[in-house]
Amino acid sequence: MNATAAVPAAARVIEVENLVTHYGPRMILKGVSMEVREGEIMAIMGGSGSGKSTLLRHLMALERQTSGIIRILGEEIASLSARELVELRKKTGVAFQGGALFSSMTVGENIMLPLYEHTDLDRHTMEIMARMKLEVVNLAGFENLMPSELSGGMIKRAAMARAIVMDPKILFCDEPSAGLDPAVSSALDDLILRLRDAMGMSVVVVTHELESIFKIADRVTVLDQGKILFIGTIAELRGSPSERIQNLLNRRPEDDDVDLDAYLTRLTGESVTGAAKL
Amino acid sequence: MAGEPEPSPVVATVEKIGRNTVAAVEEMGTAGGLIFESVYWLVMGRRLRQPVRLPSIFQQMMEIGIQAIPIVALMAGTIGVMLAIQGIHTLRIFGAESRVTIGIALSMTREFAPLITGILVAGRSGSALAARIGTMKINQEIDALHVMGINPVRFLVVPALLGTMVMVPCLTFMSDIVGLFAAGLYVNAELSISMAAYFDEVREILNTDHLMHGLSKSAIFAVLIAVIGVVNGAAVKGGAEGVGRVTTRAVVQSISAIVVTDMIFAFVVTR
Repeated sequence: MNATAAVPAAARVIEVENLVTHYGPRMILKGVSMEVREGEIMAIMGGSGSGKSTLLRHLMALERQTSGIIRILGEEIASLSARELVELRKKTGVAFQGGALFSSMTVGENIMLPLYEHTDLDRHTMEIMARMKLEVVNLAGFENLMPSELSGGMIKRAAMARAIVMDPKILFCDEPSAGLDPAVSSALDDLILRLRDAMGMSVVVVTHELESIFKIADRVTVLDQGKILFIGTIAELRGSPSERIQNLLNRRPEDDDVDLDAYLTRLTGESVTGAAKL
Repeated sequence: MAGEPEPSPVVATVEKIGRNTVAAVEEMGTAGGLIFESVYWLVMGRRLRQPVRLPSIFQQMMEIGIQAIPIVALMAGTIGVMLAIQGIHTLRIFGAESRVTIGIALSMTREFAPLITGILVAGRSGSALAARIGTMKINQEIDALHVMGINPVRFLVVPALLGTMVMVPCLTFMSDIVGLFAAGLYVNAELSISMAAYFDEVREILNTDHLMHGLSKSAIFAVLIAVIGVVNGAAVKGGAEGVGRVTTRAVVQSISAIVVTDMIFAFVVTR
């Protein structure tokens, strides 16, 4: 369970301590602590509703936590000014699930946007840099197409190119293989590995694709109902005695909790009227 | 949790009114904050090395203003003719048809030109803005802007706000001219008053105050259209269906806001 003590060596690029978050009155993350080391690929997995997407949004500083500390590249994000946060964000890249490319701009303009906004480079240089990144993700020659003209896999690769255009230290990938056929998603996994090896960045991947996790992840964080269920290497994950983890790995459905009271309340619908008002 | 008593219909209604009121006040607060933030980025953007980009402002001006010229002109002309018809019809009761010009000139510049322009821009661009921001939010494009360190207000809202604020008064001015001209054509045909005589009279009647009354009102409409579009777009929930809902909401709200503001403005200024 506690891999932190075992391998203290590498520097930590992300540290999360006792993170508690709420969505409205509902508690989503219930005291999550984890860390990501320099140059590693950390996979965050868990079923739907486990809080993995919420954790990612917090790591990207898109939400405010209720309590707990998040440090990215040594800086505590809750205490940063807007300007410092922008500086920090230049050192991180995000590839969103649906790509989140701007539909009114060409692929090339999408990739150049961070350069255009944050650097003083002339347009020609920016175009060359964008083409270089497109080359890295095997999309050379597509810079003048609109995002709507690309296939799902190409959009994800273009989003990856935009995420790495500022040469970030940390790359966040949200469900990189969701909605793609196996061959394309495997190619994306290779791409993530190549990027890490070539640019030495740390990668945080949120996914529920086990195959992809086994292929690329150095370590895995398993979330379950807003709590950390497991942190460790792939080998440790496979050897874990926890029944829940074995269920996840073998794709067995979770046993329903046998709380008779809760079951009766659900049936009679008494709590439902209370919830419906919300 | 369980066994909570069902509230009586009266309580439920009062609670609903309360919730809606709070939501409305909250939205107004968001709108105010948005205007404030837009001004902030406009003034401070360059110093923070996040300037508002001129090309995106021009692009918005093209979409909101230039591309709306045909429809706005057509509607202004139609309204002008309508005013002439109604004016002549009404004044005929007193045998005073020839005095129709004063009614046309004043109501066109003070009321109808800003109103019809505002309503058309709300329908064309306010809805488009809500749909664009809503779609971007659903596609995580707004999140993408945030994580790239690009402020969405500076990047998306300021160009749209400035674009409408410049173009709506311009379109209104055009409506003034087109509407008066079209009304003149009708008056010319119906009452055999020459166009030259008609425009002479119009020029005598109209002064800067009348024109400015309409134009400054239209600038307020512009702010309403842009801000209501953005606030609704940003409040999108759910998928494509949600975008449709906020788009409709934006149009209905901005047209209502325009009409109510028009009345308040007229009341305050003419007293």
